[in-house]
Amino acid sequence: MTMTAQKQPDSGDRDIVLSTRDLTKHFQVGGGFLNGPPRTVRAVDGVSLDIRARETFALVGESGCGKTTLGRVMLRLQEPTSGQVQYRGTELTDLGEDAMRGLRKKLQIVFQDPYASLNPRMRVEEILAEPLRSHGFGSPADIRDRCAELLEMVGLRKQYLRNYPHQFSGGQRQRIGIARALANKPDFVVCDESVSALDVSIQAQVLNLLTDLQDQLKLTYFFITHDLAVVRQFADRVGVMFLGRLVEVGTTEEIFAQPLHPYSMLLMSAVPRPDPRQRGRDRPMMQGEIPSPMNLPKGCRFHTRCPFARDICRIEDPALQSRGDRAVACHFPLDG
Amino acid sequence: MTASSDTILSVRGLRTEFKGDRGHVRVLDDVSFDVGRGKIVGLVGESGSGKSMTALSLMGLVPKPQGHVSASSILLDGTDISRLDAAGMRRIRGRDIAMVFQEPMTSLNPVRRVWEQVGEPLAIHKGLGRRAIRARVLEMFELVGIPEPKTRLDAYPHELSGGLRQRAMIAMGLICEPKLLIADEPTTALDVTTQAQILRLMRDLRDRVGTSIIMITHDLGIIAEMCDEVNVMYAGQMVEQADVFDLFERPSHPYTRGLLASIPRATEPRTARRMPSIPGMVPNLAKLPPGCRFSPRCGDVMPICQRAPDLVGIGSGHAARCWLHAPQDALPQEGTS
Repeated sequence: MTMTAQKQPDSGDRDIVLSTRDLTKHFQVGGGFLNGPPRTVRAVDGVSLDIRARETFALVGESGCGKTTLGRVMLRLQEPTSGQVQYRGTELTDLGEDAMRGLRKKLQIVFQDPYASLNPRMRVEEILAEPLRSHGFGSPADIRDRCAELLEMVGLRKQYLRNYPHQFSGGQRQRIGIARALANKPDFVVCDESVSALDVSIQAQVLNLLTDLQDQLKLTYFFITHDLAVVRQFADRVGVMFLGRLVEVGTTEEIFAQPLHPYSMLLMSAVPRPDPRQRGRDRPMMQGEIPSPMNLPKGCRFHTRCPFARDICRIEDPALQSRGDRAVACHFPLDG
Repeated sequence: MTASSDTILSVRGLRTEFKGDRGHVRVLDDVSFDVGRGKIVGLVGESGSGKSMTALSLMGLVPKPQGHVSASSILLDGTDISRLDAAGMRRIRGRDIAMVFQEPMTSLNPVRRVWEQVGEPLAIHKGLGRRAIRARVLEMFELVGIPEPKTRLDAYPHELSGGLRQRAMIAMGLICEPKLLIADEPTTALDVTTQAQILRLMRDLRDRVGTSIIMITHDLGIIAEMCDEVNVMYAGQMVEQADVFDLFERPSHPYTRGLLASIPRATEPRTARRMPSIPGMVPNLAKLPPGCRFSPRCGDVMPICQRAPDLVGIGSGHAARCWLHAPQDALPQEGTS
């Protein structure tokens, strides 16, 4: 995480593919005749981060923290309220519809629910051909060949092109969703809870597929998930999000070995461990409930649940402070 | 394993079938297991393994007439509930055996106040009046740690968070002090921090009230944190049964070993670019492979796996359905079959 975009053109792997600056997305809710004045949900509330070429950047947080909204706003699937998104030097928030459509093929998304994200009335071939046609891929024969190639790339036989989504298992459908996202040779792929609905044995297969495709196709992943175990085994870097803000950013190993934000620490300690000898009855546990994003607490947003909160935490909202390759938004980071 | 006063539930030969257009599908095949009094017993498996169907079969909630449940016996505290008719099941459901489901929003009626729903089993089974029910629901809300319980009594389900709804569902499950509580993926829809709170609540209830619990989950982390005994299911059968420490130290069925190898672990650094995984997928129950149901995915497959293995004891309450563990005299001789 660098607060100022530090491009290092001499090291190819360090190139920044996508960056956001002070990105926000606020929603108005209520405000109808009977509902009283409208209220604002600050779903994404000032997020700045840099995603490096060919890395897997995981965004973790609990439901309602804004992680899905951030992923969508980054791709301009939803318009940001304010702030910037740059993709390889191009300011996406300034682009008109046509220019944005041209860039779309480089910026793709794989959704969570393999049952809801494929049109049940379309054969696999049509599902895969649609993005190719809309970007003028080539002749019908070229498109047919590319569909077959895509299907084999995700480990499915090309005979399946004539089948409908309901004829596949959840894991196979997610492979089709991945093939569709890869149709136009993207560069940056948002995976929004893409393996969360899958059984354990299938989840490992799909994660391995994503790893292989990343190596083959030089992909960068923005991997949105609530599953910290998957993050540790799959991601290079991690951003921890709480109520619309990034509270900590760092490499996966640094964050898991020594979380600096109390929220990161409590989130990790809450994961059930698949080892009965580590049964943790006395592990620290988060108290209470997540505050409403419509009614944010003053000061640090986490102070109502933080076991270490002091007076200043109730008054002053801590900014995300860089410390070399890491960043944390806390008045009293855990190594202090 | 024999039923005794230490055993609250003893299931033998449970078999559940569904009638479809293309014949019968057996979703549970000869399922047998015990739940010790005051114990938390896990049923773990992936989609289609039969773990939720086991719960519905025990509760008498398998849809009829398509579904058909039979069993050699299902002893609940010594009484065979497999012989009960629909009216008999209604008398014990909610009173002696209760269930908590995965999705607390869809299992509550959105237009009725929470206390009326949580207290409903008392009206049905104990014939209590409204005032007595309300007082008892308040006690239960305190027991399950709902903050400001008095003000929550009159709430509607949508006014509670997911964690509070699941606490209310657990209160409803426990309100008649059942002999057995079945929790079917009770925390799957919850965030990890809320999950930790609900799991701690269920452990505390077991410790304080002595509730016997069947914990149904796909999450081996929850099994390791919560359970005393574990039953691993695959394609409608029990494939391994063991004490929880034994299961994680000596997983004996290749499926269990594969599952344990392929779960991502938050506590260990990444060691390889690719993760271990089990090849293939869960079989369609209408088109099961011959012999061992796991054999098409198994790395240890042998010619004999064309025949169906039995669940055999391999010492100290540990059992596995795998030819690797069959006693030598049970193996057929070469050349005969």
